[in-house]
Amino acid sequence: MVSYLLPSLILLPLVGSVILFFVPSSSVKTIRVGGLLISSATFMLSLLAWVFFDPSSTKFQFVYEAPWLGTSNIYLILGIDGISLFFVVLSAFLIPLCLLAGWESIERQKEYVIAFLVLEALMIAVFCLLDLFLFYVFFESVLIPMFFIIGIFGSRERKIRAAYQFFLYTLLGSVLMLLGVLMIYSQTGTTQVELLYAAEFSEMAQIILWLSFFASFAVKVPMLPVHIWLPEAHVEAPTAGSVILAGILLKLGTYGFLRFSIPLFPDASLYFTPLVFTMSVIAVIYASLTTVRQVDLKKIIAYSSVAHMNFVTLGLFSLNPLGVEGSILLMLSHGLVSPGLFLCVGVMYDRYKTRLLRYYGGSVHTMPIFSAVFLFFTMGNISLPGTSSFVGEFMVLSGTFVSNPFICFLAATGMVLGAAYSLWLYNRVAFGAFKPHFISTYSDLNRREFYIFVPLIGAVLWMGIYPEVFLDEIHASVYNLLENFSRPPIDGSLVVDGKIS
Amino acid sequence: MYLCILGLPLMGFIGAAGFGRFLGGRGAGVLTTSLLALTFFFSCIVFYEVGICGSSCTLSVSPWFLSESWDATWGLLFDPLTGTMCVVVTSVSTLVHLYSTSYMGEDPHLPRFMSYLSLFTFFMLILITGDNFLQMFVGWEGVGLASYLLINFWYTRLQANKSAIKAMMMNRVGDFGLGLGIFALYTIFGSVNFESVFACAPHLSDEKIVFFGTEFHAYTLIGILLFVGATGKSAQIGLHTWLPDAMEGPTPVSALIHAATMVTAGVFLIARCSPLYEYAPDALGVIALAGGMTAFFAATTGLVQNDLKRVIAYSTCSQLGYMVFACGLSHYDLGVFHLANHAFFKALLFLGAGSVIHAMAGEQDMRRLGGLGQALPFTNTMMLLGSLALVGFPFLSGFYSKDALLEVSYAHFTLSGDFTFILGCGAAFCTSYYSFRLVSLTFLGEPKGPKKAYEGIHEAPFQMAIPLVILGIGSLFSGFLGKELMVGLGTPFWQNAIVNLPTHNTGLEAEYIDQSIKHLPFVLTCIGGFLGLFINSPYLSPTVYKMKLTALGLNLYTFLNRRWLFDKVYNDYIGAPALNFGYNVSFKSIDKGVLEILGPFGITQGIRDLVNQIHKLQSGLIYHYAFVMLLGLTFLLTLLSLENLIQVWVDPRLWFVFGLAFMSYFLAGEKTTDEEKVLG
Repeated sequence: MVSYLLPSLILLPLVGSVILFFVPSSSVKTIRVGGLLISSATFMLSLLAWVFFDPSSTKFQFVYEAPWLGTSNIYLILGIDGISLFFVVLSAFLIPLCLLAGWESIERQKEYVIAFLVLEALMIAVFCLLDLFLFYVFFESVLIPMFFIIGIFGSRERKIRAAYQFFLYTLLGSVLMLLGVLMIYSQTGTTQVELLYAAEFSEMAQIILWLSFFASFAVKVPMLPVHIWLPEAHVEAPTAGSVILAGILLKLGTYGFLRFSIPLFPDASLYFTPLVFTMSVIAVIYASLTTVRQVDLKKIIAYSSVAHMNFVTLGLFSLNPLGVEGSILLMLSHGLVSPGLFLCVGVMYDRYKTRLLRYYGGSVHTMPIFSAVFLFFTMGNISLPGTSSFVGEFMVLSGTFVSNPFICFLAATGMVLGAAYSLWLYNRVAFGAFKPHFISTYSDLNRREFYIFVPLIGAVLWMGIYPEVFLDEIHASVYNLLENFSRPPIDGSLVVDGKIS
Repeated sequence: MYLCILGLPLMGFIGAAGFGRFLGGRGAGVLTTSLLALTFFFSCIVFYEVGICGSSCTLSVSPWFLSESWDATWGLLFDPLTGTMCVVVTSVSTLVHLYSTSYMGEDPHLPRFMSYLSLFTFFMLILITGDNFLQMFVGWEGVGLASYLLINFWYTRLQANKSAIKAMMMNRVGDFGLGLGIFALYTIFGSVNFESVFACAPHLSDEKIVFFGTEFHAYTLIGILLFVGATGKSAQIGLHTWLPDAMEGPTPVSALIHAATMVTAGVFLIARCSPLYEYAPDALGVIALAGGMTAFFAATTGLVQNDLKRVIAYSTCSQLGYMVFACGLSHYDLGVFHLANHAFFKALLFLGAGSVIHAMAGEQDMRRLGGLGQALPFTNTMMLLGSLALVGFPFLSGFYSKDALLEVSYAHFTLSGDFTFILGCGAAFCTSYYSFRLVSLTFLGEPKGPKKAYEGIHEAPFQMAIPLVILGIGSLFSGFLGKELMVGLGTPFWQNAIVNLPTHNTGLEAEYIDQSIKHLPFVLTCIGGFLGLFINSPYLSPTVYKMKLTALGLNLYTFLNRRWLFDKVYNDYIGAPALNFGYNVSFKSIDKGVLEILGPFGITQGIRDLVNQIHKLQSGLIYHYAFVMLLGLTFLLTLLSLENLIQVWVDPRLWFVFGLAFMSYFLAGEKTTDEEKVLG
């Protein structure tokens, strides 16, 4: 029975969207409530997976297997381990919030709800799939609903351009990954992840394959030279679109590193660690400095996402359990904090229809509850201890310090710069003189908006104060993942040359 | 009870912040103040149990995040150091809460203010009770947040906004160092728990660590990195610029956060890490030098400030320098003792200043005060008492800690000892000068403010007077009562909380230094005091004004009044270039420039151009096509004739494929023309 958990998790929103397809688009209420119910049920189901998850096992759990292309040895295999468990839960957690966020401001509810339900099914599938080929297929297919969400529900004319840019950038990287997948298939005759973990590639092959995968994942993260689609897409996407984009889609890249690049190509991962470190550190500083000067609320958060996600890659390639676990937590935390910030921006946008910073000011005067919520997420963004990002960021940095103190030093400047742009943003929006000639509506959060934020705040605090619950599930899988890398014991002797020996 | 110490302020915060609108200003004030008073009561019990009876204890609450040997937990550690700090923090905090209910009484946001104060106290207590570096870091950042919110409390003022950001940013720079220090600690010890780290400290003192490609002595590096954190929080030279600006916040905040408690966190950190620092003499040297310079620099700046609160702020900065250099000379106990005394008299000074500001309807420029002695006799007495305690008048609290500090620094007989002694004496002179200048300008002389302000003048009301009296008693007696307990020779009070290697302790030598040296600080103080009183009196001030207008006087005055130009250097050479980079280089030139041209914009433009070119190729003129065909044929023939040469590189099978494709294309093209003919 347990093995049907994951397929039903994927099918539930899919079936739901098919049913909603036949509901006439005039009955908006049915569609909204139906969508909310379906997505909430999916979330409950995903919690069930968490409950039944066995943290002591390093194996994939809830495995479901079905033939896909019978003759070519490609099977549909679903299963989760400690790494993917929380991404599944997070995806299922964010979708109901997204539906709530678009409750009133979106006019074409039917398309909206269906798009998000399909997106949910695809995202959960990506995190569950244990077949490289199918992973690739779903990894790409996530783009389709996202393309429509940006293209249809976006705010300005420029949205088409943003949607194309988003699509092309990600596709460009993925083409190389497809070649890599085909190369693996031709060499080993299988694309099952568990079998591939046992396969060994020559060093040259590893390097080529690693690069081809990297091209695809780095665009998704996004790492530095290929990041410009992100601010563009965020600015044009509707609030909920940004929430999913920042909350889940960015994690697909880092999840890919974690699931494929590191365990499949350990030698290449070590070989390219300096490259990743350099790119990440540059991105952290560069994106932070860029953020300070932005005037568009969404762009600020988008650029800060770039900085945070590059912290994640830093942690992943520190290749010690502390760094890797930290980066998983940081991913989860970023999946809570930046959606929170985007929702805050959405609240403002719904009221005043502008995202430009200069029109705002003194919101603490007219919207005290909103300001408190916004403050909370801003503090999450600068990783104040007690919020989830602190745990992640600190673990990442200390993992990096163990493997390379200099890189850690550079990356830690991101802490300072992060405070700079976050406080700048918050001060401009919440404090300062009230600007009555720009802002004429005075309404604080309404009940619906308040209850969107409550679960997010709860989760951020929970993960910040007692993250053991999450870490317990992750430990075994991460240790298993890093078995290929001889781990330096924590003492000065082996860190002397600043590398992992 | 131990948990209550943390829980009650938190309850106060939640109560005042969450239910403030039901409680109202008065209710929130009563709630938070009474909860804090209860906390103070518990802290006293803890101090008795832990400090006087000597039963330190730890309380482990729950794990926090564990991975590998990373052992961050939630736990409380109560040892004499914590106990002392607890009493200081909760006592000052309770008094400030009480004071605020009156001082801020007319503010419509009183519940918010009280909730912030309680939040601050909560984080401060987390900071001092944490039993590992991480939990201390929670408090460390948390007080930063509370300070940000409190400075920003009057959020419509641009200055307040700027100062709040500045405070948090400067602190963040410090936290950056502290964070790196913790990572380095973890690399060496494999733990972040105080107990494990300090227990291992004597055994790993030869470890090396590679940083920036250079090999460092691990403890020295850790010590300096941790000290960077302390520099930020305790406003030591370099990262001090936020403290004077933080005076934009309401005065009770300045008293609580920016004088008595939060800014002493750095000193607390150094004292807490004494087992590490004892094995890192180089780091100690750095600390002593930085502390000495801070003491002197801040005192000189304080000489010519005109804002009542800024003078006291620079005085705080200078006194923090004293505490830090005491720690740098391995006299952590003296540092902490001075911290406790300083908390009382500095809070007294700030609250007294608040009383003046309250009476004068918000005026805090000393040039527009004066002659308040008759109008505010009580406040005048209290301020005078605070100033005397600050300058170390014999038998007041400052005397016991500050003079002892200077004595041990003289008795240290090292470079850093002499350096700090000289600078410390200079600072003592300046301290005395600006303290009495303050008294002279504010309370003596002629009234210089508008008549209206003097008409509405009123002495501090009851809730404001009580804290002043209690703090006054504290400043009178805390030094006398605490001396033997805390810094007496061979006192067992500190137990293991403060480690002091026998070779580093100069307490005994200090008893035997020359009498004239012992009297030197007092003499300097007296001279400074008299100068302060007389130069600023109405009789002399025209002469002084003329002196100030000479070239040297003007330069000196500008240099000091503009705070040694630290802010200018930071703004012009760090802030502006970074902001410029963020816009001109990274955003405009790279993101919207290079990447856009190489990326989406370039590709779309390129394809458009290409299409245009190809479009032009289809000119419809026969001789164009004939020319192209001729060219192609020549090319093909050349290729074929060179086949033998090319075969080396190109697979002949490719030629076959190419030929096939060409043929099929050719045939297909022919077919369509046929069909067209039929159709036509």
